[in-house]
Amino acid sequence: MTDLLRVEGLSVEFPTARGVVRAVADLSFALGRGETVALVGESGSGKSTAALSLLRLVPPGTGRVSAGRVLLDGEDLLALPAAALRKVRGARVGMIFQDPMMALNPVFTIGAQIAETLRRHAGMTAAAAEARAIELLRRVQVPAPERRIRQYPHNLSGGMRQRVMIAIALACRPALLIADEPTTALDVTVQAQVLALVADLKAELGMAVLLITHDLGVVWETAQRVVVLYAGRKVEEGPVATVFARPGHPYTAGLLRAARWQEDGGRLAEIPGTVPSPLALPPGCAFAPRCPLAVARCREARPPSQALGRDQEAACWRAGEAPA
Amino acid sequence: MTGLLIFWRRYRRNAAAVGGLAVLVLIVAAAIVGPLVHPVDPFDMIGRPSQPPSARFLLGTDVSGRDMLAGLLHGARVSLVVGIVASLAATLVGLLVGAVAGFYGGFVDNLLMRTTDFFLTIPSFVLAIVIVAIFSPTIATVTAAIAAVSWPSVARLVRAEFMAQREREYVRACRALGMSNLEIIVRQILPNALPPVIVVSSLMVATAILTESGLSFLGLSDPNVVSWGYMIGVGRSVLRVAWWMSAIPGVTILVTVLAINLVGEGLNDALNPRLQRR
Repeated sequence: MTDLLRVEGLSVEFPTARGVVRAVADLSFALGRGETVALVGESGSGKSTAALSLLRLVPPGTGRVSAGRVLLDGEDLLALPAAALRKVRGARVGMIFQDPMMALNPVFTIGAQIAETLRRHAGMTAAAAEARAIELLRRVQVPAPERRIRQYPHNLSGGMRQRVMIAIALACRPALLIADEPTTALDVTVQAQVLALVADLKAELGMAVLLITHDLGVVWETAQRVVVLYAGRKVEEGPVATVFARPGHPYTAGLLRAARWQEDGGRLAEIPGTVPSPLALPPGCAFAPRCPLAVARCREARPPSQALGRDQEAACWRAGEAPA
Repeated sequence: MTGLLIFWRRYRRNAAAVGGLAVLVLIVAAAIVGPLVHPVDPFDMIGRPSQPPSARFLLGTDVSGRDMLAGLLHGARVSLVVGIVASLAATLVGLLVGAVAGFYGGFVDNLLMRTTDFFLTIPSFVLAIVIVAIFSPTIATVTAAIAAVSWPSVARLVRAEFMAQREREYVRACRALGMSNLEIIVRQILPNALPPVIVVSSLMVATAILTESGLSFLGLSDPNVVSWGYMIGVGRSVLRVAWWMSAIPGVTILVTVLAINLVGEGLNDALNPRLQRR
């Protein structure tokens, strides 16, 4: 099976007054058709930057993609002319954002905002687009869609707005949905509903989902494969079940321990220390200063990604030794 | 239509603004139908000069024996048209410059804003005089001159709005949907930036009327049309013996400008409901 999306050696740099920050370094992963891959990492790990740069949405003038290829059906999005890229955005690749409060234009009705995409990419007439907008809102389980399309974003709750965002993103039946922390700004019950909705729609439309999140519970419930980022680099990749059962990288193991429910009410397991400054990364493995397994070699040379059995790989000199 | 209704409900809460609007409607109506109801050529010498208001000449005659009422009604057309057209033109230029500068930033922003600063450093009335003096004084050049000195304030306002809006997440979302910069500027950000611009532009009409009056008072406006400023200028030489000759057009300008300002205030309250509750 050919991959729908193949990211090869993606690097994103942000020039700052104190030096160049590599927010994403040499990131490679692939996404099959209909597959859900989760991009996991803590704040500042580069996961959102990576997601944005896939569609060249990193604001020009702040950061730039310095290397790599993003192949969608074999076509490099990073090399595409602006006009051709605009035809991909919103049509073949949909995107939903973290904060549905902010991602809708406050001065237009939600009906107009959904119809906008349909008219743009599918060339629908105003009437057809409105009918389809109602249908889409019904599909994302917005009650009374005939009434809702006349309302403005401020009339809707956070969960409803995220549903509207999903409706907009899915309007043109994209092959890939990039969801950048889609549930972070929502409360827990709404989170579950939105995730269930995304899973349903994915099955129905056969689209692939790239889910950016820091919530391992969400990863477990929705994704087939997981890519773990640390300080802009991929430290581990593999099927969710395998990675969660036998993490190959000590950072993944630490994350899983920290996320584990404390049955006995004991102290929450944490990863000691903090993420290193992107301006002063250690010469070896970026995780070495916080790693319980670190040896001299880890501080000297950066470990390459190595295979750990079928489908799983980790960038660690002592990969596979980490206790689960 | 419900949007207009909500707008009117908010506007109505400001009693002074409603009063201003009523006065303004009266003035506009007088400008439109006045010369038809009172068909006297304002340049015709039809009576003894310098008469005080009487039954025959309701507002008296000027130093050349011309009907003051006819002058006032014809002048209303000139003042309002110059005021409205000049501020519309200034708003368009200001929107264009401000939107491009605010959205793109960087070098373009610098270039456009330094140009704007150049216009702001010269006193606007003096600049208007220079422009009119260079070109021949017609209604068109006077209007253009007033627009040319009025756009910088709009440009700065629009730029600030665009700089604030372009960082908003909905702009990124629009990009992710495949919109081009032009579409984002015109169809997405502009409607968000418009309310304060509408307020400033409406107030600018008042300033434009004052500037036009000032120019024609100095005899720098189109000599072929009567305007309120020109009438004050005519009456100036006989101010001590026939004060009404300057006072009548003067009070008219005052009332018109006041009415427009009140309407502008009302628009501000209605379009920025957050400010209102202070």
